[in-house]
Amino acid sequence: MVSRAAWVYIGLVVAAAAALVVKSPPGHVGAHYWVELVVLQLLFLICDSAPAPLASRQASWSPSSSATLAAVVLLGPFGAALVGAVSVLSVRRKQRSADRSLAGALAERLFNGAMYALSGFAAGVTFVRLQHRYPASHPFGPPPPHYFPYLVAPFLAAAVVHVLANQGLIWVILRLNRGSSALLPRSGIESSVPMLLASDLCFASLGLVIAALWTVTNWFAAVIVLVPLFVARWAMAQFAEQQQAYQSTMSALCQAVETKDFYTRGHSERVSRGSGMIARQIGMRQARVEAIKFAGMLHDVGKLGVPTQVLQKTGPLTEDEFAAIQLHPMRGLDIVREIGFLQEALAGITHHHERIDGKGYPMGLAGHEIPIFARVIAVADAFDSMTSTRSYREARSIGEAVLELRKGAETQFDPLIVGAFLTALEREGWRLAAPQAKPADLGVITAQDHDDPTAPLRVVDSL
Amino acid sequence: MSTHQLSTSAPTERWSSWQTLDSGRLLLFAASTMVVLGAVTVAAFKLHQPEIALAFGGYIAIGELLRLALPGGREAAPISMVGAMSYALLLRVHMHHALHHSDVVHLAWGQVIAVTAVGMAVGALPHVVAGRPAGLTGMCSRLLAVSAVAAVARPLFGSQLFVNTHYWWLAVLVMVLLLTLGWLLDTLISGLIRADDVGAKFSVAIADEMRLQAPLGAAVAASAIITVLAAEVMGLMELLVFLGPLLVIQVAFRRYAGIRATYLQTVRSLAGVTEVGGYVERGHSRRVSRLAVAVGREVGMPERELLDLEYAALMHDIGQLSLRDPIPGGATVLLSADDQQRVAELGAEVIKQAQVLDQVAELVRCQSMPYLGPGQQPPLGSRIIRAVNAFDDMVGGSTERERSNAALERLRLDTATEYDPGVVAALAEVAGRRLASRL
Repeated sequence: MVSRAAWVYIGLVVAAAAALVVKSPPGHVGAHYWVELVVLQLLFLICDSAPAPLASRQASWSPSSSATLAAVVLLGPFGAALVGAVSVLSVRRKQRSADRSLAGALAERLFNGAMYALSGFAAGVTFVRLQHRYPASHPFGPPPPHYFPYLVAPFLAAAVVHVLANQGLIWVILRLNRGSSALLPRSGIESSVPMLLASDLCFASLGLVIAALWTVTNWFAAVIVLVPLFVARWAMAQFAEQQQAYQSTMSALCQAVETKDFYTRGHSERVSRGSGMIARQIGMRQARVEAIKFAGMLHDVGKLGVPTQVLQKTGPLTEDEFAAIQLHPMRGLDIVREIGFLQEALAGITHHHERIDGKGYPMGLAGHEIPIFARVIAVADAFDSMTSTRSYREARSIGEAVLELRKGAETQFDPLIVGAFLTALEREGWRLAAPQAKPADLGVITAQDHDDPTAPLRVVDSL
Repeated sequence: MSTHQLSTSAPTERWSSWQTLDSGRLLLFAASTMVVLGAVTVAAFKLHQPEIALAFGGYIAIGELLRLALPGGREAAPISMVGAMSYALLLRVHMHHALHHSDVVHLAWGQVIAVTAVGMAVGALPHVVAGRPAGLTGMCSRLLAVSAVAAVARPLFGSQLFVNTHYWWLAVLVMVLLLTLGWLLDTLISGLIRADDVGAKFSVAIADEMRLQAPLGAAVAASAIITVLAAEVMGLMELLVFLGPLLVIQVAFRRYAGIRATYLQTVRSLAGVTEVGGYVERGHSRRVSRLAVAVGREVGMPERELLDLEYAALMHDIGQLSLRDPIPGGATVLLSADDQQRVAELGAEVIKQAQVLDQVAELVRCQSMPYLGPGQQPPLGSRIIRAVNAFDDMVGGSTERERSNAALERLRLDTATEYDPGVVAALAEVAGRRLASRL
């Protein structure tokens, strides 16, 4: 649901933009330069209607700001506002709209239109203020061709203002509407902000090129810039598609590894999610969060190197068998070593069974010798193991598992990481492992879980 | 096969000395001739409008510095190409000292080549210093394309018709034509070189190259036209302003190529789980995938299908993970037909989970179906995997000629009921070539 404060905010923004459009002097922009206006509005609509999906699924990206900024140069502040306002009409394929009400969709449209109109106007005002050589007789309409070299600096300032105004207006609504997914403007704030801002600014500078081209080729300027714009969009869409494919292939392969063991199904996926929660909570940057999610996904891949008989053994393990289990993180490292990962992710996989008190494996590292990735994965790993059903016990409740984690802080886990996890858990919750009915053929089950801190592996004492 | 027509020597000799390419040498020769011609022109008639030459030369150097790795180990330099092509097609440039009219560009064909060559060399220098390959072939093929475009454009754009701003549409038309020709030339040369490099069929290599280069080619052509026309009013400042959008496009392509490479690398590594688990012999998946791709190329599969084939070959044994205990020695060729089919089906199930690799799953699913002659037969990729897998199960990592020949002989005996004779013939060709190159 959209919060009340957000509704008020949307109302204010839309009202301001509406006042702007109504007050715009129609005599200048509308009558004399209607070709420029209509063509740029079309350019805006085309760009805005086919946004490229960005890597994080909620956000997408469109180069429509270059049309608004071309209007800043060719038509002045009011023209830019009129171009931005057509965002109301943009047609997008498939809004994520399962739970979206008609009012919500309408509000999003109105808000987008108003946002682009306001930021276009702000950019236009900046542009007009900053350039001194502009003849007074030309308040609107294309500047004479020989002025263009002097317009670069004012234009860049206008582009910065446009990007800032745009992102600022979005940022406020995200702030007001935290925690609800009903209304999410297109440019997501949460992922790779600098990258997004930089690319926005770079494409905004295309606006000046469009304006310059216009003085030579008129409307054809808008046609020819569509080619590079669409190629860029194509490449971005390809990237998103490949990344999606990459992630789902990864998880499919991890599931293949898990088929060895009925009870651990979905474990890698959940550990990956849990590690991501913790990483975000302790403020890791996006690339590291992605890396730790991959590491969490692959942390147990080395279990394949452990003979099935050992994994499924019911009685106590012999020393040799225990050693085989302790080797699985290194086996995992062998498998994933050549993937172009951050080194940190590899360290996370290798050391996810180390303990803070130095009694873990494979190397017996202690305290802060253990890489941060490994300390994070260890917590998510143990928590998921405890809250899943095992052949020798039922799943524990989240409350019990939290108690066990607290108990293990200082000895097994890093207390800071446990604290971060509990905070994140409170906020985001946990998708529990689906309660498993006992499989009909009891062929592949784990009798002991090496991840379970409450039931340590039983090893035969060899005197 | 047209690749074989390129060199008339005996096949074995040709393959043992494939590094010294005929087409590669030809290209180098042609490009250096152009450079000499350009240098002579500049020496004879001195450099016209040096500030423009400097600006575009610098642009080309930046572009060459920011080269782009494309899928399949290709390299492109789109920004360098935009700079060079727009310099070749330049009409008028607005200069600061002339406030009321744009300067008409006087530019000889040779100067375009000289400036482009120098710019490229300067941009390539840091690559060499950093120990990366200089990318000479790519630069030569780009330089040739630019020379061809400039050879037509320079005399034409000097004429009265094009000096008149009124006929901008005519200039645009000519530019589109010339850029298309330049692109075709560049693609043709790259395809030729690539066909020689990886041993693909020439026609297939050209088609692949065109498909892959089309989006970037379109962007480069449009950007060159934009640069030429906008420079008319904005002057050299335009180069700087337009660099922003070009960089965004470049970054988008780089990310795309990067994630594809990581993807392949990950599948390669994770396909190794069957080896660590003791299900198959070490190195089996990789050997099968490498050989399968070589055979696929030999029978003329396009690159898109080769990628699917590579994934399928890497993961062809993944179904064994669902088996309770490893097959002794991991050699599926020793299993009963029913068990082989079961492993294949289980593997296909796993891959289908990924949702985006349905083609690959299909290849894996059909990998153990017998070849029953033309008519109803499994997909080509599956037939290749089946033959190559059997070959590798028998030969392993060995490089002995006898062993390889014996295995091929056994496959040939089974072509009536088991293996595709065309695939086995291609496999024999590839295997023979490999043994020869090892001697």
